Amino acid sequence: MPESAHRPGIAGQALMASSAGSGPGAVPVLRVEQLVKTFGPERAVDGLGFSVRRGECFGLLGPNGAGKSTTLKLVLGLLQPDGGRIELLGLPVPERALEARRRVGVVPQADSLDPDFTVAENLLVFGRYFGLARAGLAQRLPALLDFAGLAHKRDARIDQLSGGMKRRLTLARALVNDPEVLFLDEPTTGLDPQARHLIWDRLRQLLARGKTILLTTHFMEEAERLCDRLAILDHGRRIAMDSPGALVRREIEPQVVEVTGDRLGRWAQAARDAGVAQRLEVVGDTAFAYCADPRAAIELVEREPGLRYLQRRANLEDVFLKLTGRELRD
Amino acid sequence: MPALSLRFVPVYMRNLLVWRKLARASVLGNIADPLITLVAFGYGLGRLLPSVDGVAYIVFLAGGAVCMSTAMAASFESLYSAFSRMHVQRTWEAILNAPMRLDDVVVAELLWAASKSAFSGVAILAVVFALGISREPTLLLVVPVVALAGLTFSAIGLCFNALARGYDFFTYYFTLVLTPMTFLSGVYYPVSQLPEWLAAIASWLPLAAAVELARPLVIGRLPEQVLPHVALLCAYAVLASWIALVLTRRRFVA
Repeated sequence: MPESAHRPGIAGQALMASSAGSGPGAVPVLRVEQLVKTFGPERAVDGLGFSVRRGECFGLLGPNGAGKSTTLKLVLGLLQPDGGRIELLGLPVPERALEARRRVGVVPQADSLDPDFTVAENLLVFGRYFGLARAGLAQRLPALLDFAGLAHKRDARIDQLSGGMKRRLTLARALVNDPEVLFLDEPTTGLDPQARHLIWDRLRQLLARGKTILLTTHFMEEAERLCDRLAILDHGRRIAMDSPGALVRREIEPQVVEVTGDRLGRWAQAARDAGVAQRLEVVGDTAFAYCADPRAAIELVEREPGLRYLQRRANLEDVFLKLTGRELRD
Repeated sequence: MPALSLRFVPVYMRNLLVWRKLARASVLGNIADPLITLVAFGYGLGRLLPSVDGVAYIVFLAGGAVCMSTAMAASFESLYSAFSRMHVQRTWEAILNAPMRLDDVVVAELLWAASKSAFSGVAILAVVFALGISREPTLLLVVPVVALAGLTFSAIGLCFNALARGYDFFTYYFTLVLTPMTFLSGVYYPVSQLPEWLAAIASWLPLAAAVELARPLVIGRLPEQVLPHVALLCAYAVLASWIALVLTRRRFVA
């Protein structure tokens, strides 16, 4: 997994050449400080702070209701914050959000393609919302369709597209104004693995072209594959922030042994008594033994004939569950 | 205060583009219903009636039908269609990710619904002309009346749109607001037939004001009073537009 890979912008790309050539260490693309948003008595965002550097992919992770989507709406200037500061592309938000949004592309969580238009019309009409000239849009259209893998669906109606195609079209729509930053709200939720990998591939291409990406997700795999850095949110607060690899190294024991089977309780007790794991969690009919060295835990499993186990390296999901807990969030 | 800007134009054009694609079915639907009312009541019922206010019943009815058709078209567009774009298709949400304000979208929807309903009213007017119900030059003056009435009912519709949780809510608007209003506003019979207290209520209704302006023009006369009716329609339009903006903003930040 590449950690904090430096991705210089590649100049001269036909489709989306990186604009605004600022060097590394320049003003962050997005800076959020002490952000607060309340809905009635509930604090949806509670003193949140983070910044996104130019050219990186930054992830906001959190369980449902953690405040991810609210944060996105706030930084786009679609909601009025109750406290804190937001600076997007050097512009204060929400005061100058309109100017900032000219240079931003958004892939919302829910499908919002225009069902009355064809694939091409969806892109052309959306471009008009940015005040882009018809001729320029028509010129960019083939490249956008190619990027989305939809050149053959140019005149198709939206209800003739698969879920993956719709998401790709939404991504192409977000690129219609050649934005510097892309905001994606759970970009691959509801997609099958093939479609998901294709979206990931396209996002990596965009990063290689020097785009900055901010995405929300609750797919740990997505975060590990794409994000240079990420912040884990819970109850509107930031509870961790770093690169995925650093989070795994710092927050959790490197090895996990997952044990299931009969008389799991007895094994768990024995494991606790013997101290084979630094941390032991029993969830339903599975025990998770987090340890630096898995051998002792495995030996203990093999003594019980009714038990099965799976040994693996700890990953971001383990960190996430440790930090946000295992109870359901509906 | 609304933040007015020309940014609304591409949103208006979006609706126009969709309408152009679906125009045939849409135009038919716009005209068919009021046309049936006009023909069925005008010719059917009209045969049984002596002249009303000194003209044949169908001539009397035509002015009312034009206004009713406009009010209905404005309401359908600002309720069902706008709600589809706002809530079901999430078109507004997509637009708001572009450099657009919510006010731009609401203004676009308002002007769009007003245009479409004015078109509807003009279409009925054309039918009135084509069937020879009236060929008075004053028919042309009905066009601005229809435009103002369309704007007023679009603005009122957008208020209810901002409050709606689902399409069912609009049934209440049609059955509890619009239908009673057509019966009180002198569409089918003169307001003078109403008991005095009902007629007093009617004189404050926007549809009644539109009918008071349109009917004499269809018959070939100038309205006795213009300013009070125009002022009433304008007052409704301005107030309802402002309320619609406030309610829609509230809906979108919650």
